[in-house]
Amino acid sequence: MRIFVLVKHSPSPESLLRVSADGKSLDPTCLTYDINEWDRYAVEEAVRLKEKHGGEVVAVSVGTNCDATLRKCLAMGVDRAIKVPAEPGFDASMAAEAVVDVLKCEAFDIVLSGFMSQDANNALVGALAAAKLDIPFATAVTELSVEGGEARAVRELEGGYREEVALPLPCLVTVQSGINEPRYVSIMGIKAAKAKELKDHPVKLGDATVSTERIYAPPTRRAEIISGAPLEVAEKLIELIRSKGVLR
Amino acid sequence: MRVFAIAEHRLGELNPTSFELLNLANKIKGDGTSEAVIIGDETLSNSLASHADTVWSISGDQLENYNPESHADVLLQLFKREPPDTVLLGNTSQGYELAPLIAAKLHCPIVTDIVEASPEQKGLTVSRYIYQGKLMVDLKISRTPCILTVRQGIFKNEAKLSGKIIKLKLNPTKPPKRRFLKLIEPEKCEVDICKADAIVAIGRGATASLQLATKLAALIGGTLAGSRPVIDSGLLTKDRQVGISGKTVKPKIYIALGISGAFQHTIGMKDSELIIAVNKDPQAPIFNVAHYGAIADVQEILPKIINKLEEHPPTPTT
Ligand SMILES: Cc1cc2nc3c(=O)[nH]c(=O)nc-3n(C[C@H](O)[C@H](O)[C@H](O)COP(=O)(O)OP(=O)(O)OC[C@H]3O[C@@H](n4cnc5c(N)ncnc54)[C@H](O)[C@@H]3O)c2cc1C
Ligand SMILES: Nc1ncnc2c1ncn2[C@@H]1O[C@H](COP(=O)(O)O)[C@@H](O)[C@H]1O
Repeated sequence: MRIFVLVKHSPSPESLLRVSADGKSLDPTCLTYDINEWDRYAVEEAVRLKEKHGGEVVAVSVGTNCDATLRKCLAMGVDRAIKVPAEPGFDASMAAEAVVDVLKCEAFDIVLSGFMSQDANNALVGALAAAKLDIPFATAVTELSVEGGEARAVRELEGGYREEVALPLPCLVTVQSGINEPRYVSIMGIKAAKAKELKDHPVKLGDATVSTERIYAPPTRRAEIISGAPLEVAEKLIELIRSKGVLR
Repeated sequence: MRVFAIAEHRLGELNPTSFELLNLANKIKGDGTSEAVIIGDETLSNSLASHADTVWSISGDQLENYNPESHADVLLQLFKREPPDTVLLGNTSQGYELAPLIAAKLHCPIVTDIVEASPEQKGLTVSRYIYQGKLMVDLKISRTPCILTVRQGIFKNEAKLSGKIIKLKLNPTKPPKRRFLKLIEPEKCEVDICKADAIVAIGRGATASLQLATKLAALIGGTLAGSRPVIDSGLLTKDRQVGISGKTVKPKIYIALGISGAFQHTIGMKDSELIIAVNKDPQAPIFNVAHYGAIADVQEILPKIINKLEEHPPTPTT
């Protein structure tokens, strides 16, 4: 089976998020990057599919400095990696376009993407790529298996409901957290990754269809902050708990 | 502006998000129209008509159950006849699929999970959260049509209209490739966190403090709950998950330990009477829903609280 997995090298939401002077971007020097959280689940699921069915797993990433993330994927068991070099500023539609360009040059049975990226939170690139490729897809998948030329996917709905769907191959699924427990990157894996292929696939991208006007802190109610030494803070918290009558 | 809102239903009931989409449509339509679209259940058209100028009620072969391909297919047929300026969908399990499908086929801009939209001279400006609630961004869309998915629970102000209902028979042009197999009911739960007066909720930042958090919950006669990553990792059972894909709770007191405060979590606890958050990151969005916050390390504060409480053991009131 030929399995593709889409991964984004994205800033962690736990980085210091400082808006740059232009008001439209973040100060890149404060950001720490890693593989997007949801993509770890997608990579794990892809590698498990290969372990079960044989074949090859290929990771694809669009961006400039995504080598570290692609190397991490290779260390987790991905066989080769493809990078589409693109300067920051591309939007979800453009990333999807780039991914589609790669997939059109390759043969594949199934494509896995994360449900959403931890920085942009669009939940778009996977679904848009599937739509552009005209292949069936399912989003927010929490269980996946492949049998007899089709994928079976359980997807999350609202209110605790789920639905099971069948997708003839080739297809795409976007992976929701909880589907698996991603493996740790081993020293052996890191060593093996060094010998694996990581190649560039340049794509000429169109223009963004939306433009960023302003990035800012959300204008909402702030909690009253309790400050002081840890012991004082603890005492104030107990007072608050007591005020609700759950303690006597 | 012609604004279309794609209604949603399951098991014979409208998803309340459908009305919120129409509220937003009415807000931005200007001298244009708000038009609801309902696929596969004519009986629900009437209640939509009280919020829309027009309701398009589409029926056709195998449209009763949601299928992204068939539903996108008939929507595209409708939009060919009735060209939209803006199409609104819920940021829901259906919207995640239908919205990008339509956008890709129409080659038009798409923005997901918006919480605000205002018409401009040319096009729209929309606002949405990024970094899981830590920042916001305003985006300008100057091309039409555009596709937007809308966060639930934001556009609640009700419109009072009496729109006309137009019934349409449209069949998908081809059978969908994806097949629906079955609907899986919510899992039965052992604990009911919704009944608790006090909840101690742990997030990814407090997983190392599970034992202490359990102790605190016992001391205040409360129940332990968690954010999704804590449940995903198997530390707590699924019936203790708070949030959009878990439970909605309204206890007297909700203590959030090491929880960042992503919308998908806070939607399930924001109406608690008293919310106290402990997080070491001053930028954590949980401080936007909490009443009181301590910018502190859970591992440092929690033992102190417990020691204090154990010095003077309290008796829970219930
Ligand atoms: C479709 C969908 C549905 C979802 N449904 C849900 C849902 O139902 N419920 C839910 O909770 N989430 C849900 N999520 C996930 C949600 O988006 C967030 O990813 C999740 O809520 C984050 O959990 P967290 O706050 O525990 O972890 P993180 O976001 O990783 O936050 C950990 C926090 O702990 C703090 N921290 C770390 N160490 C310490 C320490 N020692 N002391 C104090 N603070 C510390 C950090 O500063 C950080 O703010 C859903 C996501 C999607 C896309
Ligand atoms: N730049 C990118 N390169 C490769 N895959 C991406 C990129 N951006 C997003 N994706 C994939 O699309 C998913 C959803 O991302 P997003 O649409 O940004 O929320 C991610 O989990 C990735 O699998």
